[in-house]
Amino acid sequence: MASKAAAAAKPSNLIPGATGDWELVIGLEVHAQVASKSKLFSASSTEFGAEPNSHVSLVDAAMPGMLPVINKECVAQAIRTGLGLKSEIHLKSVFDRKNYFYPDLPQGYQISQYKQPIVGEGEVEIDADGETMRVRIERLHLEQDAGKSLHDQHPDYSYVDLNRSGVALMEIVSKPDMRSSKQAQAYVTKLRTILRYLGTCDGDMEKGNLRADVNVSVRKPGGPLGTRCEIKNVNSIRFIGQAIEVEARRQIDIIEDGGKIDQETRLFDAAKGETRSMRSKEEAHDYRYFPDPDLLPLELTQSFVDDLKQHLPELPDEKRARFVKDFGLSVYDANVLVAERERADYFESVLGLIADGKRDGKLAANWVINELLGRLNKEGHDIADSKVTAKQIGGIVDLIASNAISGKIAKDLFEIVWSEGGDPAKIVEDRGMKQVTDTGAIEKAVDEIIAANPDKVEQAKAKPSMIGWFVGQVMKSTGGKANPAAVNDILKAKLGL
Amino acid sequence: MTDLTKLTLSEARDGLKKKTFTAAELTDAFIGAIEKANPAINAYVLPTPEHARAQAKDSDKRIASGKAGLLEGLPLGNKDLFCTNGIRTTACSKILGNFVPAYESTVGQNLWNAGAVMLGKLNNDEFAMGSSNETSAWGTVVSPWRRKGKDGKPTTDKLVPGGSSGGSSAAVAADLCLAATATDTGGSIRQPAALTGTVGIKPTYGRCSRWGIVAFASSLDQAGPITKTVRDAAMMLKVMASHDLKDTTSVDAPVPDYEAALGKGVKGLRVGVPKEYRVDGMSKEIQKLWDDGIAWLKAVGATIHDISLPHTKYALPAYYIVAPAEASSNLARYDGMRYGLRVQGDNLTDTYEKTRAEGFGKEVRRRILIGTYVLSAGYYDAYYLKAQKVRTLIKQDFDKAWADVDVVLTPTTPSPAFAFGEKSGDPLAMYLEDIFTVTVNMAGLPGMSVPAGLSSEGTPLGLQLIGKPFDEETLFRTAQAIEDAAGRFKAPGDWWMKG
Repeated sequence: MASKAAAAAKPSNLIPGATGDWELVIGLEVHAQVASKSKLFSASSTEFGAEPNSHVSLVDAAMPGMLPVINKECVAQAIRTGLGLKSEIHLKSVFDRKNYFYPDLPQGYQISQYKQPIVGEGEVEIDADGETMRVRIERLHLEQDAGKSLHDQHPDYSYVDLNRSGVALMEIVSKPDMRSSKQAQAYVTKLRTILRYLGTCDGDMEKGNLRADVNVSVRKPGGPLGTRCEIKNVNSIRFIGQAIEVEARRQIDIIEDGGKIDQETRLFDAAKGETRSMRSKEEAHDYRYFPDPDLLPLELTQSFVDDLKQHLPELPDEKRARFVKDFGLSVYDANVLVAERERADYFESVLGLIADGKRDGKLAANWVINELLGRLNKEGHDIADSKVTAKQIGGIVDLIASNAISGKIAKDLFEIVWSEGGDPAKIVEDRGMKQVTDTGAIEKAVDEIIAANPDKVEQAKAKPSMIGWFVGQVMKSTGGKANPAAVNDILKAKLGL
Repeated sequence: MTDLTKLTLSEARDGLKKKTFTAAELTDAFIGAIEKANPAINAYVLPTPEHARAQAKDSDKRIASGKAGLLEGLPLGNKDLFCTNGIRTTACSKILGNFVPAYESTVGQNLWNAGAVMLGKLNNDEFAMGSSNETSAWGTVVSPWRRKGKDGKPTTDKLVPGGSSGGSSAAVAADLCLAATATDTGGSIRQPAALTGTVGIKPTYGRCSRWGIVAFASSLDQAGPITKTVRDAAMMLKVMASHDLKDTTSVDAPVPDYEAALGKGVKGLRVGVPKEYRVDGMSKEIQKLWDDGIAWLKAVGATIHDISLPHTKYALPAYYIVAPAEASSNLARYDGMRYGLRVQGDNLTDTYEKTRAEGFGKEVRRRILIGTYVLSAGYYDAYYLKAQKVRTLIKQDFDKAWADVDVVLTPTTPSPAFAFGEKSGDPLAMYLEDIFTVTVNMAGLPGMSVPAGLSSEGTPLGLQLIGKPFDEETLFRTAQAIEDAAGRFKAPGDWWMKG
């Protein structure tokens, strides 16, 4: 375990103030909705976007005499996540009640794990500020989501939608290991990638399926920790960065003006670019946690955990290492590919489809990243909804590798495949795009151009770089299909260079 | 025809089997009795005669076609804590208002699946919090029993039927049903049974499903029957008990044929008598009752052993921390938002406060406040955590005792039935009613009360049997031995039938 991780900020991460430099200390509590068909303690659907109150069971509505029954799949998802975060799995954990009143909380308490969470300490490796570092995980626990209050439906009343009530959440708590907003963003990005690889959370921040409470404090470099403020429910990676920056500046200004920071919960207002006080420590709820007597302690067998571990998918860090080692990719390219599981899967299926079995990983990566991803990105699409299939990209790469087409023709071919579809090999055949390697045909073209341009021939003899002009002319006359290497060789011979 | 309402559950079963009478006739007899007696007794908060008649009709059809269930055609009362599909369920509170569940409790469903007939919903202390049925939003229940005056004639003092299952105990004692469902969190089955001359068993925690029963204190609540005889209790528990996937605290263990255990006798059975139950101020007649019980069991071959349960004295205070703590959380859902009473306030907090202030009675409010207090930051360790430790020690006391004895014998209550108002002004005196019963709930063990005698005032007294986890069979055979020796006790006369 990386216990010394991120102990001090790099000088470039320090924030200048009137009284000198300040160091940021950041910890995050990420709430990730568990990907599951039904809720944590009831059989209701977790489907998003349904009519209000259409996915509400008697348990979710807290009808008298109703009892929670744990959803085994949610437990398995939490364990998978814990394993993916290289965390300790607790074979015994306990569900507690967190008591408070609110209309979107039908039971009057949230079932959560307080003292004995299902997952203990672990770590996440991130790349930020030009280096690789580790962020330690403190714990992960399972809890119920609340319903949703709708304040804009009636002039005098608020409405409540209980569809979300009881949906399983994983709260993933980091240690205060981050020293810059970039690091915090990299951490959430990486966490999201891992969760999506594992299939334990869809990571959709727009739907609120992944959101973060950000704990921020400032201190003099290496000094004692400052008082922290918690910024609640930040729901995009961009906002996480902005919220940290403005909150750090606010705290520094207060301290430098001789004030002191009050421990409190704050809200980030993205429109105004500021954080606002939500409630102070004194106003904090007394949640009266105690073990939920309706649920026995959750006891797992080691074999259950081992079985889940065995079936865990390959995670981004391992995948990246394999791509570098086995396919000779650069770390940069490998990172781009593993950032999303769909990309990596797409890349691997391109490789698997290359006909001659010689996996030119670099060429394939180049085509997936530069041509396909570049184009998808430009048009605002994801690889998941790419019209161009891995088979098609594989076909193009095959044609390049076998010298059937040049790189330039390949780009034209991609355009056709992108807009019209079709089998690349067949397109090349049908439209006569095949590279000309027949030296007789090339010689004929070269002879014609030499004959027509005696002045240029003379110039070339004095200045051999003029060969480039001849190459261009030959390519032009062959419609770009001549093999450039062959053209070069023949020209050199004929011009006596 | 004899008065069918005087029959025991097993006698009625035999009568139906022999076709001496029909389920419809049996049910009508009870409906008639309830109509006459309920104004005086107030055991039923909602009689359901139409529902009962329809069920009885179906039962007669099943009996005719040879498809009778274990409790076919037998009319029962159902405590208002059990949710009933399409039938108002209030836990005898004001806050649940006219709440009509769209579901049936598992225990209830088990009974109806076995062919039993529901006569109506029975009164209880509000949310089962009380030992005298004086906290019900539907008014007090009057015991059919009356004290004897100095002249030996019955007085007209109204006595409590015990609580919280006071409607259940009174209805069974007054022949207003053959048997009744009940629940027991700290003694709510056994104490009312003792005070009314009826039999009550709280089975092992996890034996009956809690699903669909309005929760009081989840780690202590258990359903069980109140009946006229030990055999009737065995018949009822056989059907009420089940493993239920909807209640993860219910236990997956086979339900034995309890009735088969009744004839086994107690020869060689080791009966423990705990010295800690000889509390200060225990009346001579309770002491004598206990000695009688010891003598009866000895006479039929049991051996008697003095045992020690050293942490007994901490059970009651610990119970009055654990139970209110759980209740304060369990009752948070009654917030006026989704069902039941809502008293509209100026804003959300005001609505909560007004709804809960008006919707909960005084005793329930007291327990919510106690429970909230003991769970508060800074007090949790000193109260709740310590009480849970006491609970573990109480369990260990019993675990040790089971090395030497098979069953434990104690009185059920420290004193006989009392009159209205005698204890309701003093919560502590009322809480002391549970002193002999709460340990059983704290340890999750099965406990049973059997009528064993009458006080000098002519009111019933009960003996309590405590068993090993899931060893209800030993309780039944021991209880049968006591019933055989002590006989049955019926409230004299039938004043309540005279309007």
